[in-house]
Amino acid sequence: MDALSLEVPSGEICVLVGPSGCGKTTAMRMVNRMIDITEGDILLDGRSVKERKPAELRRDIGYAIQQIGLFPHLSVAGNIATVPRLLGWSKDRIEARVDELLELVGLDAHETRDRFPAQLSGGQRQRVGVARALAVDPPLMLMDEPFGAIDPINRERLQNEFLRLQREIRKTIVFVTHDIDEAIKMGDRIAIMRRGGKLAQYAPPAELLMYPANPFVEDFVGSDRALKRLALQRVRDVDLWRAPLVRVGEPVAEVRAKGADSEVPYPLLIDDNGRPIGWLSERALLGERVTEELRSKANPVLELEDVLRDALSDLLAEEAQYGPVVNERGEVVGVLSIEMLAHTLHRDPEEVPSGADAAA
Amino acid sequence: MLELAQVQIRDRSDTCESNNGFCPDWIADNFDRYVDPFFQHALLTVLAVAIGFAISFTLALVAYRRRWLINPITQVTGILYTIPSIAAFFLLLPITGRGNDTALIALVAYVLLIIFRNVLTGLDNVPDDTKDAGRGMGLTDRQLLWRVEIPLALPEIMAGLRIAVTTTVGLATLAFFAGAGGLGEQIFADITFKSNVVVAGGLAVLLAVVLDALILLVQRAITPWTRAVAAQ
Amino acid sequence: MTTTFAFLGQFGDAIDFIFDEHESPAGGVQVGGLAEIWELMREHLWLSFASMAIACAASIPLGLWLGHVGKGGFLAINASNAGRAVPSLALIAFFVAYIGVGFTNLVLALVLLAIPPILTNTYTAVRQVEPDTVDAARGMGMTGFQIVRRVELPLSLPLIFGGIRISAVNVVATATIAPLAGVITLGDPIINVNTYGDEGRLAAAIVVALLAVATEVTLGLVQRAVTPRGLKLTSAGKRRLAFPITRREATS
Repeated sequence: MDALSLEVPSGEICVLVGPSGCGKTTAMRMVNRMIDITEGDILLDGRSVKERKPAELRRDIGYAIQQIGLFPHLSVAGNIATVPRLLGWSKDRIEARVDELLELVGLDAHETRDRFPAQLSGGQRQRVGVARALAVDPPLMLMDEPFGAIDPINRERLQNEFLRLQREIRKTIVFVTHDIDEAIKMGDRIAIMRRGGKLAQYAPPAELLMYPANPFVEDFVGSDRALKRLALQRVRDVDLWRAPLVRVGEPVAEVRAKGADSEVPYPLLIDDNGRPIGWLSERALLGERVTEELRSKANPVLELEDVLRDALSDLLAEEAQYGPVVNERGEVVGVLSIEMLAHTLHRDPEEVPSGADAAA
Repeated sequence: MLELAQVQIRDRSDTCESNNGFCPDWIADNFDRYVDPFFQHALLTVLAVAIGFAISFTLALVAYRRRWLINPITQVTGILYTIPSIAAFFLLLPITGRGNDTALIALVAYVLLIIFRNVLTGLDNVPDDTKDAGRGMGLTDRQLLWRVEIPLALPEIMAGLRIAVTTTVGLATLAFFAGAGGLGEQIFADITFKSNVVVAGGLAVLLAVVLDALILLVQRAITPWTRAVAAQ
Repeated sequence: MTTTFAFLGQFGDAIDFIFDEHESPAGGVQVGGLAEIWELMREHLWLSFASMAIACAASIPLGLWLGHVGKGGFLAINASNAGRAVPSLALIAFFVAYIGVGFTNLVLALVLLAIPPILTNTYTAVRQVEPDTVDAARGMGMTGFQIVRRVELPLSLPLIFGGIRISAVNVVATATIAPLAGVITLGDPIINVNTYGDEGRLAAAIVVALLAVATEVTLGLVQRAVTPRGLKLTSAGKRRLAFPITRREATS
C-alpha cells in the first residue's frame, strides 16, 4: 500500500477497482482493521480507527464478502442476529429486526427465517449476507466483490436491487471489484488502483470515462469508454427533440405549422391514444387532410427508462436516425436522435448522474 | 499379585456343557453373572473416553492457536496410542498398582490421539471465508472459537468420539489384566466354552454398538444443519 | 549384570530378565534371557507377518477393484467400523471356542482383524484420486487395468500403507494374547505368570511395547518412501496437519 489517500463522502458508494494484486482488498480490509495499518491513518467521522478495539470497530461496520461467509450451522435468522447478539439486543428487538431486514432485501421473512444457508440459492445467500451486514444499521459498509460469485443474469438483478436499496438506506459504502463495468454501474466515485497499491485516479464515473488521468486508466476503462459513458445515462436525462405529432384526418396546414418549431423535420403519425404509428411520407400531406401514407414504421420505439447505450444500439439495429420516445403509458413524449447521442458525450461530467441516482 | 486362574464356570455333569455346546439353557440360567461385568465395562469405557476427551480437547484448543505444539503433542500421544494396552497395563502396574486406576490411565492414554487429531482436523476444516466473515463482523477470537469454529468442527469431533468409544470397548476387554474386571474377565474365565464366549463377546459388541449409536444420536441432535443440505 | 538395573526397581528386575536366565518361580526350569526372548519374538513376528501378508493379499486387490469400479462403498467403508466394534479378545475367543486352537486358526482370526482397515483405506484412497486424472488417463487410451496399475495404485499407496500400519500394529498387539490359542508368543510370560514370574511378565510387556512402536515407526518410514514425490509436494502444501507417527484412518 503506497500513499493511498481517499475521502469518501457519507452516503456514497466508493468503488475500489483495479487488476488483481493492486491492493484494493487490502485497502478495504484496513478500514475495519482486518489488516493493520503500519503508516498513515484512516478516519471515520474524523475519528481514527486505530483508537478503537478491532472487534468493537468491526461491529459498527457492515461487512460483506464475495464468498459471503454465512455461518453454515446457524439459521438465516441466527446469521443475521450475530452482531445484534454481540451487542446484547433483546430477543424481541432482534426478532423484529431480522424480519425487517429480510423484507428489505426482498426475501420472505416467514419462509426464509429458519432455513440453513445450505438450503438457499446463491442469490438468496447473497441477500442474507447483505441483510447480515446491515443488521445493526451501520453507517459504513465494506463490500468485497459481493456479487462476484453470482451468474451474470442474477448479478445484474442483484446490482439493480442493491442500488434501489441504497437509495433508501444511504449508507457510506466501500465497494471492491475487479470489474470496471460493475464499478461504473455501482460507484458514485471510483478509485482505480494499480499494482503496489498506488492510486491511478479517483473520480466520479463520468469524469473517469471522459478524462482518464493517465494511460493506465485509459487502458483499464477500455477503448469503449465513450460507449460506457452512455451507459451512465438514461433517455429521460437528455432534453428530447420534438417532432410534429399528427393524427389521421388533421388539416395539413396545421401540420406544416407544427413542423416549423420542431427539431425533427418529419411528422410522426400517432394514434388516438398518443402511441406512435410511423413517420409520414410527403405524399400523406399532398391533400387537404393527412392520410395514412407512411415513409417508414416508428421503429425503434424507445422508453424513458432506457439506458442511452441500449437506445443507441436500438437505433443502429433499425438503421434509424430518429426514434420516438414514449412514457410508461406508451404516449410519445419526444424523439431521440443519433446526433443528440453524439452531443451527449460532450456533456460535462458534473451533470451526469451516477450510482444509485442512475438506477431505476 | 493376582493369579490369572482359569475359573471353572460350567458344571461338567450336564451333557450340553460338557460337550462344550452352545447351550441356551445354561445361558438363561447364568445370565446374571454377566450383568455386573457389563456395567463395569460400560463405566470404564465411558470414564476413559470422557477423561480422554477433556484432556485432548483442551490440548487441541491450545495447539490450534500455537501450531508449533501440534507436532510434539502428536508424537507423544502417537506413542501412547501405539503401545498395546495389554502391555501398558503391566507397564503401569509397578507405578499405579492393580485396579481401576491403572486400567483407566492406559485407556485414557490410548484415546488421546484419536480425539486430539479429530478436534484439530475439524477446526482446521472450518472454511476461511466463514472465519473471515465472523472476524469482519466483530467477533473476538474467543467468540469466533466458541460460536463458529467449534460448532462447525462438531461433526469431526463426534466422529472422533465414536472411534474412541468403540475401540475403548474393545480394549477394555483386556482391562481385567490390570484388575479392573469387565466382560473380558468373563471371556477369559472359560475361553473354550462356546456359550460363555458368545454371551460375553456378544455383550461387548452390543455395548460398542449401543454407545456408538448414542453418540450418533447426540451428534444428529446438535448438528441439525448437516442434514439440511439435502433439503434443497 | 544381575544388579546393573536394580536401581530401577521392578523395571530393573524385568530388564535383567530380558538379558539373563532365571530359575522359574514354579521351580525346575530356567526362564528368561536373550535366547528365550528372541525365540518368543520370532514366533510373535512370524505370526504377525503371516497374518498381515494374507490380509494384504486379500484386501488390497479387492479394495482397488471396488474403488476402481466405484461399487461396494458401503461394505468397504463400514468394514472398519464393524471391525472396531468387535473386541480382539472376543474374536480370538470365538475362534478358540468354535474353530479350535493352533497357528493356522489364529492366523485366520488375525487376518479377519487386519482386513478392515486395509480394505477401507484402499477403497477410500482410490476414490480420492481426482476424477480428472483418471479421465485424462482414459483419454490417453489406458485400459482399466493400466489405469489401476499406473495411476490409481501409485496415488493410493500412501493411504494404503496407512491402513497397513493400523492393521500391523493392531496385529502385533493382539498376537500378545496368542498363547490363549496355543501359540507361544511374547504374550506367554504375560499370561503364564506362574512360569515366568512378575519380572518376566513386565519384561514381556516392555518388549511388546517396543515391538509395536518399532512396527509403527518402520512402516511409517516405508509409507514415506512409497509416497510419490509429486504427491508429497502438494500434500505438504495443502495440509498443515502432519501426523508422522500416527495411523490416519480414512474413515475418521
